[in-house]
Amino acid sequence: MISDLFSMTVLIGILASGIRLATPYLYAAIGETFGQRSGVLNLGVDGQMLLGAFTAFYVAIKTGNLWLGILAAMIVGALMGLAMAFVTVNLHAEQGISGIGFYLFGLGLSDLLFQKLLGTVETVKGFPKVDIPFLSDLPVVGEIFFRQNILVYIAFALVPIAWFILNKTTLGLKIKAVGENPEAADSLGVSIARIRYFTIILGGTLSGVAGASMSIALLNVFQQNMTSGLGFIAVALVYFGAWRPWGVLGGALLFSLVNSLQLWIQVLGIPVPSDIAVMMPYILTILVLVATVSRVRAPSALTKPFERGD
Amino acid sequence: MKKFRLLISVLILFAVILGACQAQEPAMEEKELFRVAVVMPSAINDLAFSQSMYDALLVIQTEMGGAEAMEIVYSDGMFVVDDAAAAIRDYATEGFDLVIAHGSQYGSSLQEIAPDFPETSFAWGTTVDTFGIDNIFAYEAASHEGGYVNGVIAASLSESGVLGVVGPIETGDAKLYVDGFVAGAKATNPDVQVNVNYIGSFSDVALASEAANTHVAAGADGLTGTAQMVVGAIGVAEESGAMWFGTQSSQTELAPSVVVANQVYRWDVVLNEIIDLMDEGTLGGKSFVIGLANGGEVMDFNEAYELPEDVKSLAMDTVDGIIDGTITINLGE
Amino acid sequence: MSNSNQEKWGPKLIDALLPVFATIAALLVGAVMLLLLKVNPIEAYRAMWDGAFGSQNAVAETLTKATPLLLVGLGICISFRGDVINIGGEGQMIVGAILGTLIGITLVDWPGWAVIPFALITGFIGGAIWGGIPGVLKAYFSVNEILSTVMMNAIAVQLMNFLLRGPMIDPSQAELASKIPQTARLLDTFRLPRWVPTRLHLGALIAVVLAILVYILLWRTTWGYRIRAVGQNPDASKYAGVKVRNYIVLALILSGAFAGLAGVMQVYGVNYRMITDGSASGFTGSAGFNGIVAALFGGLHPIGTIPASILFGALLVGANKMQRVVQVPSALITALNGLVVVFVVSSEIWRRRRQKKRLAEASPEGEGITPEGSGPGDSPGSEKEVES
Repeated sequence: MISDLFSMTVLIGILASGIRLATPYLYAAIGETFGQRSGVLNLGVDGQMLLGAFTAFYVAIKTGNLWLGILAAMIVGALMGLAMAFVTVNLHAEQGISGIGFYLFGLGLSDLLFQKLLGTVETVKGFPKVDIPFLSDLPVVGEIFFRQNILVYIAFALVPIAWFILNKTTLGLKIKAVGENPEAADSLGVSIARIRYFTIILGGTLSGVAGASMSIALLNVFQQNMTSGLGFIAVALVYFGAWRPWGVLGGALLFSLVNSLQLWIQVLGIPVPSDIAVMMPYILTILVLVATVSRVRAPSALTKPFERGD
Repeated sequence: MKKFRLLISVLILFAVILGACQAQEPAMEEKELFRVAVVMPSAINDLAFSQSMYDALLVIQTEMGGAEAMEIVYSDGMFVVDDAAAAIRDYATEGFDLVIAHGSQYGSSLQEIAPDFPETSFAWGTTVDTFGIDNIFAYEAASHEGGYVNGVIAASLSESGVLGVVGPIETGDAKLYVDGFVAGAKATNPDVQVNVNYIGSFSDVALASEAANTHVAAGADGLTGTAQMVVGAIGVAEESGAMWFGTQSSQTELAPSVVVANQVYRWDVVLNEIIDLMDEGTLGGKSFVIGLANGGEVMDFNEAYELPEDVKSLAMDTVDGIIDGTITINLGE
Repeated sequence: MSNSNQEKWGPKLIDALLPVFATIAALLVGAVMLLLLKVNPIEAYRAMWDGAFGSQNAVAETLTKATPLLLVGLGICISFRGDVINIGGEGQMIVGAILGTLIGITLVDWPGWAVIPFALITGFIGGAIWGGIPGVLKAYFSVNEILSTVMMNAIAVQLMNFLLRGPMIDPSQAELASKIPQTARLLDTFRLPRWVPTRLHLGALIAVVLAILVYILLWRTTWGYRIRAVGQNPDASKYAGVKVRNYIVLALILSGAFAGLAGVMQVYGVNYRMITDGSASGFTGSAGFNGIVAALFGGLHPIGTIPASILFGALLVGANKMQRVVQVPSALITALNGLVVVFVVSSEIWRRRRQKKRLAEASPEGEGITPEGSGPGDSPGSEKEVES
C-alpha cells in the first residue's frame, strides 16, 4: 500500500496536483509579500479573492470573454486594495483588524452578489490547458510542469518577476526601505504613502487574480466561500517564505504538495483517518519552519502606521 | 479617570434595562395562511443539502396555491448552532405553524425549545430521533439507497474497474451515501475498486477538484460525491470524460455530457405527510424517511447520456429490489 | 504621573462613543445595500434594535452572545499588549471545549459543583496549551505567530472532527445511521446555572469578574507590567533583565487560555454538548475573530472590552433578527459585519488624534507623552506609557 505511493503515476499525479493547488496561493502570497515588505499586513486577502473570483466568473459568463473576466477581477481587487490602502495609510487603522473587516465584507458581498445576480451554481468554459511546445513532450517533467493552464504559468512567472522588482530595481529598494525604516526613507524623500498605496493596491489586484484563477481557470465554477480560508494560509506563507518571493514559492509548493500527498494517501486506501490526513499540510508547514530555524526578522515597520514626526 | 468608562457602562446598562422592561410582543397573524419557517446551515442555492429542502418547500407552495396560501420564511447560512437556536426560538415566538430545523446539529436546541411552544410544530432533519417530544417530527434520507443504485450503475458501466468518491467529512448523510455507493458497486462487481476520499471540508472546492483529479489519475472513470464543494469534482469529471453520479439535487445541468444519474431528494414527500398530520392535529412525534419506496428519493437519469438498455433495466430492477426488500444493502467497512 | 484627572469628561465621553458613531456610519452604508435589495432600511434596523434590546429575551441573547467575545477579548488584550498577534482564538476555543467536555462526559458520577469548575479550569488549560505552542514556537524558534496560529486553527478543526465523530461521539448516535458528530449531552447537573427563562448563563457574570481580574493582572502585578513592557519595548526590557522570551510565551498562554475558557463555556452554558458541522466557525460562531474586534473596540482595555463586547454582541444578535424579519440573505449580514469592523477600526485615528491634542495641551512643554498606537488613552497605574 505505502509502496504504491512511489509509483511513477502517483508521483507525477502528486506533483501535477501540487502545482495546480499552489497557483492561487502564489498569486495571493506574492501580492501580500509586496505589501508586507512595505510594512503593511493585509488579512483581508481571502475576501479580495472571493470578490475577484465572483467578478471574473460573472463577467466571463456574461461576455464570454475570459480575459475580460481577469481584467474585471483585477479592477475589483484593486478597488478593495484602494480601500484598504486608504484605511491603513491615511486612517492608520489597526491592520490585523481592518483586514478581518475587509475579509468579512468580501465574503458576504461575493455571496450576496452570487445569490442575487446568478442565483444558481453553474459552470463556465474557463481557460484551457496550454501545452508548451516541445517542453510538454519531455517525459515526466513535461506532464507535470508544461501541460497546465496559462494562469498557472503566469503565477509561477510572477516569482522571478517579484524577486527582480524587489531586489534589482529602485522601486524595490524604496519598498524595502519603507518597510524597514520609514523615518529614514521619509527623510530621503520617499513618499511612504505612495509606496504603500502601490503595494497594497498591487496586493489587492493579485488577490483578485488569485480568485479568478480559481473560478475561471482551475475550477470553472463559483460557489459561496469557495476559497475556504485559502487567503489566510497565503498570508501565513509570506511569513514562512521570510518575505522573499522564492521562499514564498517554497512555502506554497510545500503546502500544496503535502496536500496533494494526503489526497493520494486517502485514494490509495492507506489506513490513515481522513481528518488526520487533512491535517498534514498544516502540521508539516510548522515543522519545516521549526526545523529551519533562522533568525529572520520581519520588516521592522510591519503593522505600524507611519506618521511624520512620531 | 475611569469615570468615562463608568459612564459608558452605565449607558449600556441603561439600554439593557430599558429593553428588559419592555414586554415581549409576539406577532399577530390571524390569516388562514400556512406559515413555514426554515433554518438551514448553508445557502439556499448550494446545489446540495439546503437547496433540496428549499426547493421542496417551493413545490409545496405551488401545490397549495402560491404565496397567499403558504408563507415561506428562511434563515440560511446558520452554521452556528446557537444562532440557529435563536432563530428557531424566534420563529416559534412569531407564531409560525411549522418551524423546520434543517440540520442535524440543531437537535439539542430543538429539545430545549419545542416544549416551550406546544402549539407549534417542529421538524428536524436529518435524523429519526424525535426525543419522544410530541411536537417534533423527524426526517431523514436513506441516502444509501440511491447511493447503492448509483454504485450499481457505475460498476456496470466502468471500463477501467476503478471508481472514485469525493466526500466532505466522514459523518452523517455524506457517509451514508458513500457507504451505499460502495456497497452497490461491490455487489455488482466484486473486483471493482472504489477509492474514497474525504477532504475534510464542506466548502473547499479547490481541494475537491484535486481529489477528483487524483481519482482520475488513479484510473477512475466514474466519480461521485456529496455536499456543496462537489462542484469542483464535477468540473474535473467533465474535463476528463469520467462519468458523474450525483446526489441530493440534480447536477445534470453542470455537466450534461458526463452526468449519468442523480439521486434527487424530494423532501416534499415528507413535508406533505407532515402537513396532513398537522391538519389532523398531530404536531409531531413521528419520524419519516425519504427513500426509493415512498418517492422521497428519485433516481433521475440524464436524458442526454446514452445509457445502455441493459444497465438501465438493471438499475430499475435494483430500485425495485430495494423497495420490496429483496435487496439488502450491507453497509460495513 | 497621569494627569488625566484634570481632563474633562466630555471629550473622553465622545472618544469612548466613537465606536458607536462609526457603527452607525457603517449601518448607513448598509442602508444603501438594503435599498438596493428593495428592503426598507428603517424597518430593517428597527428589527435589528428589537433583536438586540427589544425584550428581556433579546437582551439575554445579546449578553449570551457577548460572553465568548468578552472572554476572547480579554485574552487579546493581554496578547496585543505583549505585542503578540493571536489570531488562533478559534482553535484555542475548540481545544478548550474538547478538554472541558471530556471532563463532563467521563466524570458522570461526580457532583455538579465539582465538575463544573473542574471542566472550566480544564478548558482554560486546554486553550493555554493551544496558545502556548505558538508561543514557544515564536519565542524559541522564531516561528511567526500569525503563521503558527493560522495553522493551529486548521489543525484544531480536524482534531475536533476526528474526536467528535470517533472516540468522543455520543453513544446514542453511534448506532443511528445519521451519526451526527456530537458528544453526549451533559448531565443536567453539569450545566451552568441560567437566568430562566432566558439563555443567559452564569458564564456572563464569570466573564465580567475575570475582566476585573485581568485589569488587575495587567496593571497591578509584575507579570502584567512585564508583559506590557515587553510589548512596548522588548530591547529595553531585555536590558532591564526581563526574560523577554518567557513573557512572549506567557502572553500567548494566557491569551489562549481565555479563548479556551470561552469555548468550554459555550459547551457548559449554551449548547450542553459539543457539536460540529465540520468547520471552526460552526462551533465558535467566529468568536475567535470577533473577540479580537471586541477587544479593539474596547481600546484593548479589559474593562473597556465589556461594553465593547456587549455592543458587538448586540450587533450580531440584532443582525440575525434583521435577517429573519426582512428576509435578506445572511450574506448581507456578514458583509455588514465587515463594514462595521472596518469603520470602527478606522475611527480610532480620531480618538488618538484627540488624545494627543489633549495631552499636548495639558503638558507644560507641549511635547506630550504620546501613547502607543494601540493602547487606550490612559491607563491607571503608576507607569507612564513610553513610546517605543
